[in-house]
Amino acid sequence: MGINIKLGACDKISEYKNDISLVICGAAGQGIATVEELLTAILRLAGYNSYSTSEFMSRIRGGTNSTVIRISSKRATAFLDRIDVLIPLSPEAMRHVKGRISSDTTILAEENNIDTELIKNPENTIKIPFTDIAMEIGGKIYSNIIAVGVLAALFRIPEEFPANHIKSRFATKGESVVEKNIAAIKKGYTIGKELYESNKIRITVPTDDSIKNNIFLSGTQSIGLGAIAAGVNFISSYPMSPSTGVLVFLSQKAKDFDIIIDQAEDEIAAINKGVGAWYAGARAMITTSGGGFALMTEGLSLVGMIESPMVLHIAQRPGPATGLPTRTGQEDLTHVVNAAHGEFARVVYAPGTPEDGFYLTQKAFNIADRYQIPVFILTDQFFVDSHYSIPNLDVSKTKNKKYFIKTESGYQRYKLTENGVSPRGIPGYGDGVVNVDSDEHTEDGHITEDVHYLRPKMVEKRLYKKHKLLVAEAIEPELIGSENYKILVIGWGSNYSVIKEALEELNKNEIAFLYFKQVYPINKKALDYLKKAQITIIVENNATSQFGKLLKTDLNFNVNKQLLKYNGMPFSVEEVKKYLEEAV
Amino acid sequence: MNANIFDMPPETDIAWCPGCGNFSILKIVKQALVELDIKPEELVMASGIGQAAKTPHYIKANIFNGLHGRAIASAMAIKATNPNLTVIVESGDGCSFGEGGNHFIHNILRNPNITHLAHNNMVYGLTKGQASPTSQFGFITPVQVQGVTNEPFNPVALAIALDASFVARVSITDQEKAKELIKMAIKNKGYSFVDILQPCVSFNKVNTWKWFKENSYYLEDTHDPTNKVEAFKRATEKGKLPLGVFYKHSKPCFEDYLPVYQTNKDPLYKREANIPKLETLINSMRK
Repeated sequence: MGINIKLGACDKISEYKNDISLVICGAAGQGIATVEELLTAILRLAGYNSYSTSEFMSRIRGGTNSTVIRISSKRATAFLDRIDVLIPLSPEAMRHVKGRISSDTTILAEENNIDTELIKNPENTIKIPFTDIAMEIGGKIYSNIIAVGVLAALFRIPEEFPANHIKSRFATKGESVVEKNIAAIKKGYTIGKELYESNKIRITVPTDDSIKNNIFLSGTQSIGLGAIAAGVNFISSYPMSPSTGVLVFLSQKAKDFDIIIDQAEDEIAAINKGVGAWYAGARAMITTSGGGFALMTEGLSLVGMIESPMVLHIAQRPGPATGLPTRTGQEDLTHVVNAAHGEFARVVYAPGTPEDGFYLTQKAFNIADRYQIPVFILTDQFFVDSHYSIPNLDVSKTKNKKYFIKTESGYQRYKLTENGVSPRGIPGYGDGVVNVDSDEHTEDGHITEDVHYLRPKMVEKRLYKKHKLLVAEAIEPELIGSENYKILVIGWGSNYSVIKEALEELNKNEIAFLYFKQVYPINKKALDYLKKAQITIIVENNATSQFGKLLKTDLNFNVNKQLLKYNGMPFSVEEVKKYLEEAV
Repeated sequence: MNANIFDMPPETDIAWCPGCGNFSILKIVKQALVELDIKPEELVMASGIGQAAKTPHYIKANIFNGLHGRAIASAMAIKATNPNLTVIVESGDGCSFGEGGNHFIHNILRNPNITHLAHNNMVYGLTKGQASPTSQFGFITPVQVQGVTNEPFNPVALAIALDASFVARVSITDQEKAKELIKMAIKNKGYSFVDILQPCVSFNKVNTWKWFKENSYYLEDTHDPTNKVEAFKRATEKGKLPLGVFYKHSKPCFEDYLPVYQTNKDPLYKREANIPKLETLINSMRK
C-alpha cells in the first residue's frame, strides 16, 4: 500500500468490549467536531449506540479541546475518565489528557503528535502518518477523514457505509471534494482493516438494528424541540455561552414553525420583550446563562408582579462574573430560585436526559401559561453540548393548552379569585382592556397604595396561593435502583447519567438514586424517600451544595454527605463510583 | 376638556402636581386618538416609570406599565406579536433616554411600527428634581450642586443620526400644533419619535412655560424632512429649539421583515404548534 504503518514491538492484542471510550483531542479549528459528527453518524448507520460530549476552551482557534465518544451497548451517557482509544491531533493533545492515559489506552497518532514521555505502554501506540497520506490525496484537510476511516474499519463497519455517508454529507460541495474525501476515508479504512487483521486491536461492541432508527440530538436540540412542541412563537435573547444554541436552533427552524426571532440589544431587553410578547398573546421564551440572567432579574420581578407567564432556559456555566465561559457547573440554582426583588411564585425544572429536556420544556409553557408565572429550564454546558442517541420523542404524549380568555367590557386583569389565578386576557381579543402594572395595583391593573386591603391580597395571590398550587403540581423525584436501599444518592439535572452509571457499576442493592428533575418547588413525596435512607449523599457540581440547602429550607431535611465538584468539568463515572465505594 | 372615549372615570385620582404640563399632553393625546378613530381595545399604551410614565393610567385603553426604561423593548414585542394593535410608548426623558437609552438606540435601528412620545421637561420629577439626560448645561439641582456639566442629550439629533422613520419635536405651549404632529407620528409607519417639550412646575424653575415659548420656534415650511443632513444640522443648532417634523424616512418596518406574517396575517395568539411538521423534523433527525 506504499504507506508503512509502524506497529509496536509486540504482537499483543488490545481488546475492548461493550463500552468503548474514544477520545479525539486537538486544537480548536482542527476538525474535532467533524470527526465526531462523521464517526457517530457512520456508527449509527451500522447499529452502534453512541454518545459524545466535548470540553473546550473559550477560543475559536488553537488551544486544546477534546471530545469523548462512547460507543456502548448499555447506552451510557456519562463522562468517563478512562480512555480506551486516543487520537491526538496536535503535539499538545496528549498532555491535555495525560491523567486519563493508562497502559490500556491505545493511541492512534502520527509521530509528531506523540508525546513519548506520556506513553504508558509503547505496545499500544500505533503510528499512522495521517498528514503524509492526506497530502498525497490532496491536502492536510483530509487527515481527519482518514482517521474516521481507520475507526470505521476497527468497528467492523461494512466498507460501503463510510463512503456512502461521505457522498451524501459532502454532496453540495462539488464532485472533486466528494472524490477526495472518499479516497481519504477508503485509505483510512484499509489501514484500520490491516490493524484489525494483524490482531493489533480488537473492538467488540454488540450492535442493535433498532439504533439505526434512533434520534440523534444534542441537549440544546432537546430544549428547542420541546419549545416547538409547546408552540413557541417568540424568542428574544442575547448570545451567551452555553445557552446560545437554543436561539440558533430556533432561528434555523423559525420559518418552518412561525417563530419570531429577536436578537436583543441586551439581556434586559430580552426579558422585557418576552414579557411584552406574552402580554400580547405569544408563547415566548428566552435563553441565557448566569451572567445574562443576572441582568434579567429586574425583568423577572416584573414577570412576578404583572403575573405574566414566562419560560426561561438558563444554561449554567461556572461563575462568578465571566467565570469559565465554556465549562460546566450547577452553580446557579440558588440564584434562579431566589433571583429578583420582591416575593412571588416560580417553578424550576432541571432535565437530566434529552427526553426530560424535551418533555419538561413543552410542559413549562403550559405551567407558565396556566399559573401566570416564570418557569425555568435549568441546564448546564455539559447537558446542552452533549450528543445523545435516543429511541423516540413521542409528540403525541404532549398536549398544549392556552389559558387566555376573550375579555368582556369591564374586564379586570387581577380579579381576586379563590385560587389566586385571575383569568388572563390579552389586548385586542374581546371587548375589555387589559391593564398590567409594575406598581402594586388594583384588580383593574391601576396603581394603588391601598396597604390595608389590596396589597396583602395581591401578595397572597402572587405568592402563597400560586405556590400552593405549584407544590401540588410538582413532579415527583424518580427512584432509580432498589426500593430497599439504605444509602440514597441525591442528584439533579445533568448529573443523572453519571450517578446512574456509577450505581450500575457498583451493583449494590443497598444503594439507590433519587433523581430530581424538578428542583423547585420540591414535591413533598421526596421526604418519604429521603427519610427512608440511613445515609444520604448528595452529588452536585457546585461548592456549596445548593440543592442540599434547598432540601433543608424547603423540607427541613439534612443531607449526610456531599460530593461536590466545582472545577468546571463534569463528574466522571469513576470519581462518583470511587467516592461511593469509600462512603459505603 | 370634551368628553372622550379614552377618558377614565371622573373620580380617577391623578398623581400629577397642579399645573403640570402632563395634563395638557394627556388631553391632546386623547384628542389625537379620537381624531384618528383608534379603538381603545386595539390600542396599547406602554410606559416605564416616572411622572410621564403614569399617563397610560389616565387613558382608557390597554396599558402596559412596565419597568423604568424598558417600555420600548416591551412595546416592540407587543407590536411584533400582534401587528393589528396600535402601540404607543409614552414616557419621560429619564425613562426614554437615561435608563432606556440602549433600547431607544436599538429600536430606532430595528424600526418597529410604534410611536414613542417622550415627555421632555429637562428634569427628574418623580425623584424630586435631579438632572435628567436632557437638563441644560449649568442647571443646578440638589445633586448637581455646581450645575450640570454634561452636554444635554439631544434625542432629536440621535434619532435622525440613526435614521428613525419619523422625528419631530413639539412644545406643549402650542397644543393645537403639538396634537397635529402627534397624529402624524401615530399614522407614520415605523419608529416614530416625538420629543415633547413641557414644563415641570415643581422642580424646573428655569425651563418654564414662558421659557419654552421664548426659546422655541417652528422650522420653516421650506424645511425638507427627507433631507437627512439638513435635518441633522437643524437638530444640532445652538440657541432656540426648532419645532416641527425634522425628518421622515419611509422604509419597511421590523414586522414587514418577519417571515411569520409573509403569508399568514394572524396575530400570534391565534396560532398553534405545528405538530405534523415537528414529527417530520424529529424523524429527519433519525440519521
